[in-house]
Amino acid sequence: MSVRRVGVSIPELPDVFARWFASRGWAPRAHQLELLAAAQAGRSALLIAPTGGGKTLAGFLPTLVELSASVDRSSSTNRKLVSTGRGVRRSGGLHTLYISPLKALAVDIARNLETPVADMKLPIRIETRTGDTPGSKRQRQRRDPPDILLTTPEQVALLLASADAPYLFGSLRRIVLDELHSLVLSKRGDLLSLGLARLFRLAPQLTSIGLSATVAHPAELCRYLVPQSADGVAQADQIVAHGGAAPEIGMLETDARLPWAGHSARHGLQRIYDLIRRNTTTLVFVNTRMQAELVFQELWRINDDGLAIALHHGSLDVAQRRKVEGAMAQGRLRAVVCTSSLDLGVDWGDIDLVINVGAPKGSSRLLQRIGRANHRMDEASRGVLVPANRFEVLECTAAIEAVAANAQDTPPLRTGALDVLAQHILGCACGEPFRAEDLYVEVRQAAPYRMLTRKDFDDAVDFVATGGYALKSYERFAKIRLSQDGLWRITHPRVAQRYRMNVGTIVEADMLKVRLVRARESRHGYSGPIARGGKLLGQVEEYFVESLAPGDTFVFSGEILRYEGLVGDEIYVSRASGQDPKIPSYEGGKFPLSTYLAERVRQLLAEPAHWRVLPDEVREWLDIQQWRSIVPGARDLLVETFPRADKNYLVCYPFEGRLAHQTLGMLLTRRLERARLRPLGFVANEYALAVWGLGDPALAIRQGELSLDALFDEDMLGDELEAWLDESALMKRTFHNCAIIAGLIERRFPGEEKSRRQMTISTDLVYDVLRRHQADHVLLRAARQDAATEALDIRRLGTMLSRIRGRIVHKPLDRVSPLAVPALLEIGTERVAGEASEVLLAEAEARLVREAMQR
Amino acid sequence: MIEGIVHTITIHNVIFIADPVGALYWPEQQMLVVADLHLEKGSSFARRGLLLPPYDSGTTLHNLSKLITRYAPQRVIALGDSFHDRSGSARMTARDCETLAALQRGRDWIWIAGNHDPEPLAIDGTFVRELAVDGLVFRHEPTGEAGEIAGHLHPRARVRWRGHVVVRRCFAAGPDCVVMPAFGAYTGGLNILDRAFARVFATPGFTAHLLGSGRLYAFPAAHCLG
Repeated sequence: MSVRRVGVSIPELPDVFARWFASRGWAPRAHQLELLAAAQAGRSALLIAPTGGGKTLAGFLPTLVELSASVDRSSSTNRKLVSTGRGVRRSGGLHTLYISPLKALAVDIARNLETPVADMKLPIRIETRTGDTPGSKRQRQRRDPPDILLTTPEQVALLLASADAPYLFGSLRRIVLDELHSLVLSKRGDLLSLGLARLFRLAPQLTSIGLSATVAHPAELCRYLVPQSADGVAQADQIVAHGGAAPEIGMLETDARLPWAGHSARHGLQRIYDLIRRNTTTLVFVNTRMQAELVFQELWRINDDGLAIALHHGSLDVAQRRKVEGAMAQGRLRAVVCTSSLDLGVDWGDIDLVINVGAPKGSSRLLQRIGRANHRMDEASRGVLVPANRFEVLECTAAIEAVAANAQDTPPLRTGALDVLAQHILGCACGEPFRAEDLYVEVRQAAPYRMLTRKDFDDAVDFVATGGYALKSYERFAKIRLSQDGLWRITHPRVAQRYRMNVGTIVEADMLKVRLVRARESRHGYSGPIARGGKLLGQVEEYFVESLAPGDTFVFSGEILRYEGLVGDEIYVSRASGQDPKIPSYEGGKFPLSTYLAERVRQLLAEPAHWRVLPDEVREWLDIQQWRSIVPGARDLLVETFPRADKNYLVCYPFEGRLAHQTLGMLLTRRLERARLRPLGFVANEYALAVWGLGDPALAIRQGELSLDALFDEDMLGDELEAWLDESALMKRTFHNCAIIAGLIERRFPGEEKSRRQMTISTDLVYDVLRRHQADHVLLRAARQDAATEALDIRRLGTMLSRIRGRIVHKPLDRVSPLAVPALLEIGTERVAGEASEVLLAEAEARLVREAMQR
Repeated sequence: MIEGIVHTITIHNVIFIADPVGALYWPEQQMLVVADLHLEKGSSFARRGLLLPPYDSGTTLHNLSKLITRYAPQRVIALGDSFHDRSGSARMTARDCETLAALQRGRDWIWIAGNHDPEPLAIDGTFVRELAVDGLVFRHEPTGEAGEIAGHLHPRARVRWRGHVVVRRCFAAGPDCVVMPAFGAYTGGLNILDRAFARVFATPGFTAHLLGSGRLYAFPAAHCLG
């Protein structure tokens, strides 16, 4: 990796700034001055710095210095159009745009920025613009923009989709992208990259500054920050803040027995509580909402000192979340149990310990989380990992070693999504009419869309216009239309209105409100109506509720609740204290184990000499595995087969994450079915996949009827995958998201609730019809692209299959191996991932018939 | 001839063959019954700015033609909401119009009025509000009357087994009346435990016949999830 040095000497700070730094007892840091130098040389730059490194101030310093030097700006009466002889030029106007992934962060940064501006009496106006900004203020901001505007990616898209965008952004000199490492990971990053390309066109003098945590591929972020050209690859300068104490990370030591499986980490809670007691403020990170609920509940069960411990996750009521954040900022909390909802956000100086419960998933993710503790660069952040089961001990060990080696494993830059492109194209048309050729050139300047083909672009335009169907029947309903002058225009102002109501790439799962009511008497079927009204506890995903039957108990909002029923868009629940929750609550982590960490885990396994770093129980577990079966080599795939009860099991250990394993499980079951081995189901976790059935795979292999090489052959990713994908529920969910982002269906309508309900259609039905009639439609291509990378991790599965070719080690056993136990234990707690719903229906019906006949 | 496993539903002492794609066939009368085709629902949405794939009518008619090939009925009854809106028949593509005309050729075709298509349309066939045959009555909106074959509600049921939930369109059938599943490609569904069904079936003792691939699965309504 090459780090481009800034070829400019370090600048002097203007006096007023030097005095300000001195008055606070600070000295400007090297990276702050380097960034200033780059900016003054008219260059874009990426600053990589750990939290607490004065990153935000560094990002704004060039702007503050420039604005303080410009005397024109000292009075607002000067903000006028000025004749320059050849035309008009505006003095003043919007100078810097700051974009953050969180609106709370934008608001907080604005507040922090006011301090130096007020101290130095700089004539600079700073404002925020978020979804909460009142309409009148937004209107005014368009006419009379501040010098610095702090906002979110969605607001930028909205501003760009208006006719006055050229006026508003023409004066823009700098754009500051905060938390860039996080922004670029999602479709929000795609949308922002397209907005960036547009801004660079509207404001040719524009330069950018990216602020990022340490990442694996900084050069990609450097490309993201500047317009890409067809020839060669443009890059922003890279500036790295050096220094910063290395974090101190350890694994929780406990006398309790390590669980074989599960994710509750109950065994470590007493020690976690002790740590909370001994520190000022602790952040307890977990991987899922349900884990957060469980850990929170268990901590309160043993909270004899009544410590202020709070809960924070994305499904809780917004008001409740804000309350927790407020209490945290005021230092009134001793601990917050949270999910990735607090991965980013406002700096809280007082956190002195971060505890990560469960698997860390990736080295960079762990570093970023631990970095939430102690926002002073020269003091070490302290973190404690709490593995919830034995496999997680391996993963935690690998992660601690990776962090010690300062290894980064952030994923590579995305390929821009086509559904996001479609949304952007409509936004462009809402702003001003466009020529397809010009927009294509502009869009390809965005790094994620650098390789976009003309066909994909044209298809996206066609989709926006009339749906992009081979059957051209919607010309009269077109949203945009090509005029005689070669420009695409929106056909009606209503199109722009609806675009504005639906902008953005964050698709929330359909959520149902959870309301607490009194319990019903009867627990079955049609019993009387439920008492209405009651406290609102938050929201849960609709698909979670769909798996519930009245009487089921689950944990939410820190309590065990009983599901009473569904009324409209609310689910009614009652308190069910004293019972154990019945519904398996681990809904799968959002983030798969990183490829890098997976490799480290495989290496750790493959080197028995390395096992001495592991706790005794885990070492013993691996010793017995070695004696009873095999511990696989770092590049091998171990496949074990054994009988158990009246079924036969095939267990393999790819270590490629749950998503890839589930996809593999679906495909293997189909193949075993064809080999007449009568598979019945499978279960996947982050490390292993277990398939069971009636036929005996070991016997089939011995008799030469089944070849593992053929079973795991890469060709399963061809037609078989396609055939399965077509029916897959995951694929339908992926399509649903693409359809919303691309604007095929809308989340919000103008007008009353009734029309909304009338305009709702199941995207599953649309998917079924579309794939049968136009399998290569641009939205299906967008959905497949998502499936390959995030939703189903097909790409990763492909890499794994090619890695293990010729390296499959089969070990027939007469009973379950130690390594297989965790996977098998998840059967029953995990929902079996098969989608053979016909089989399920037949079984359910048969059982019912049997019951009926017995009585 | 009709081959394979035949699933029957008896309504008011009349035996119907219940086809797993969501149709009823009355052998004595050589009568095929389908409900809620919602033809041109896609273009109806497109008219209001949501450009759904315009293939729904083609798909629905294709499914209908397979049924007609299978049963070769003398009479076809469409139980209302055959078109998603009043101008739907005018928006149908020439090809879909031809397909429909071919299906109608050589048999009686009865369009029952629905709330989406209350008036007669400019297409072939007989338009009636409801139809009585041999002690049975065919109408769009169910009332629960004995001998009633209706649609309108788009019944679907949820069944849980081993932690999995399967949702399917279904026939909601009591001993004396039935609510048929919606047949259209873009028709959604209403859970059979919704109040609307309680008004049709006086007691909760009705059966949900879930549509499966090649067969139906019968569950007591009380066994299904809300």
